[in-house]
Amino acid sequence: MAKRIDVSGLSAYYGKFKAIEDISMTVEPRSVTAFIGPSGCGKSTFIRTLNRMHEVTTGARVEGKVRLDDEDLYGQGVDPVAVRRVVGMVFQRPNPFPTMSIYENVAAGLKLNGKVRKSELDGIVEKSLKGANLWNEVKDRLNRPGAGLSGGQQQRLCIARAIAVEPQVLLMDEPCSALDPISTLAIEDLIGELKERFTIVIVTHNMQQAARVSDRTAFFNLSAVGQPGRLIEIDETERIFSNPSVKATEDYVSGRFG
Amino acid sequence: MTAVEDAVAVPAGKDPLGIQHARLPRWTPAAVAIGAIVLAVVAGAAADLGNKVQVGLIAGLLYVVGTFAVSAAVEGVRQAKDRLVTVLMWGAFLIAVIPLASLIWETVDRGKTVLDADFLTHSMNGVLTIGPGGGLYHALLGTIEQVAIATVIAVPIALLTAVYLVEYGRGRLATAVTFFVDVMTGIPSIVAGLFVLSLWIVILDLGYSGFAGSLALAILMIPVVVRSTEEMLKLVPNELREASYALGVPKWKTIVKVVLPTSVGGITTGVMLAVARITGETAPVLLLVFGSQAINTNPFDGTQASLPLYVYQQWANGNQASWDRAWAAALVLIAFVMILNLLARGIARWKAPKTGR
Repeated sequence: MAKRIDVSGLSAYYGKFKAIEDISMTVEPRSVTAFIGPSGCGKSTFIRTLNRMHEVTTGARVEGKVRLDDEDLYGQGVDPVAVRRVVGMVFQRPNPFPTMSIYENVAAGLKLNGKVRKSELDGIVEKSLKGANLWNEVKDRLNRPGAGLSGGQQQRLCIARAIAVEPQVLLMDEPCSALDPISTLAIEDLIGELKERFTIVIVTHNMQQAARVSDRTAFFNLSAVGQPGRLIEIDETERIFSNPSVKATEDYVSGRFG
Repeated sequence: MTAVEDAVAVPAGKDPLGIQHARLPRWTPAAVAIGAIVLAVVAGAAADLGNKVQVGLIAGLLYVVGTFAVSAAVEGVRQAKDRLVTVLMWGAFLIAVIPLASLIWETVDRGKTVLDADFLTHSMNGVLTIGPGGGLYHALLGTIEQVAIATVIAVPIALLTAVYLVEYGRGRLATAVTFFVDVMTGIPSIVAGLFVLSLWIVILDLGYSGFAGSLALAILMIPVVVRSTEEMLKLVPNELREASYALGVPKWKTIVKVVLPTSVGGITTGVMLAVARITGETAPVLLLVFGSQAINTNPFDGTQASLPLYVYQQWANGNQASWDRAWAAALVLIAFVMILNLLARGIARWKAPKTGR
């Protein structure tokens, strides 16, 4: 199921502005890889290039290669819509569809892609909600609007929605930054369970979170405002936080940055 | 003035932070109003003004000045300004509401004389316009048919245009479309009528019909619906579109299943308001539908009547019986538009995104 991501020489632009430059890294399957770095260093831009969400913005484009196992996501004849079915995404702010119930939200990906029979849907919805540790809280009110849940529940609903389409990779762009510590803990526990089935990439501003949940950590930085962001190093999380090979990483993780 | 004496004064030395100030008692506005009216009546009698409106204006002016003066003396200038602006705002509200209330009152009062079941179910066919009798069934039917056809033509075009402008439109074509929509918004209804007249009746020689009127009404309706739909689509957060894309849903399906359902309440309201607007249009109907005394259920063939045109024609007859019919028809027209508006609000509330709380 889970796949390895190979990025080589990737740069991303917004119009003429180069947001990230020449990034190469490997994301291992069935593991959690965390991206850390100061604001504006291109973490979010980079994670959005991994499922071709970057180009949704007007004027945005990408150079370089992203390989999922051996297939180039930016190769000719690749359909970005199909890519996004393989590489799912959870956003910073919980964004359940306001017109849909909890059930419909989870089923949205499958229903809108029209590939599933109604009898199977119940099972998939239950499995996804259980996978997102939300089932027990919502099983009695599946027909209530998704927007009526608390922030933390909404974010888990969004995770359930993302895993319902059975992607190979799950990208999470600061999934806990709008949540309280208890909801954050619930999601971190969930990430630990999900990595057995998915390859997970998570952007976070919280270094303790990176240390807690990730197997490998990538540190991004930018030399100055207006300059493109770069990958400084990627290594085992333990090494990044104890004995990184680059001085800038050590300064950042120990709080001596800037 | 007693209000000044009754004001809640600040006890000396108990306000080290300087955050308390004297307040006028709650009955002050009423007292000032009574004072202003009494003064105005006295002044009116002294100056021998027979006109109640003049006395009323003097009272209003005195009330504004009096409120400011009393408040400034007791509460300070900032509070006085607040009261002054509040009074002016209420005054502006009343000035806006008076014509509306008066219009509805007058229409109901005069319209109810002949408005009954007979009036609603009969046409003017064979009825002498100088005498009482007859009804507006043919006109109501014509209006409903013409407006329905115009809506069926205009709404799909306008919705697709708005979707194009918000979701796809880039570059010159989008700029041009926006520009022409703006130009269309400013087209006077008589010009839209003349356009269809020259095309449909003069060049194509297809004759007067309800459908010709519907074409002109559709031209008037399209820009209104495009504008309101555009605004509603822009209100849909981009995050919802991205959430849908991230599930691997194609763009067109995202628009149909996520963006449009999220904004359907607002879009419906916009459409209903546009319908309400074209329902009252007279000029294009006069040019293209021509009017009729008899029931014509077929909007594609022959002249038809319509409510606004009926009001105009009855009024032009110039006798009491016709005037009564005109008022009754005006009342029906207002009620029709109001029902549509209520319907729109109901649909908007029913379809609005639910929070579940």
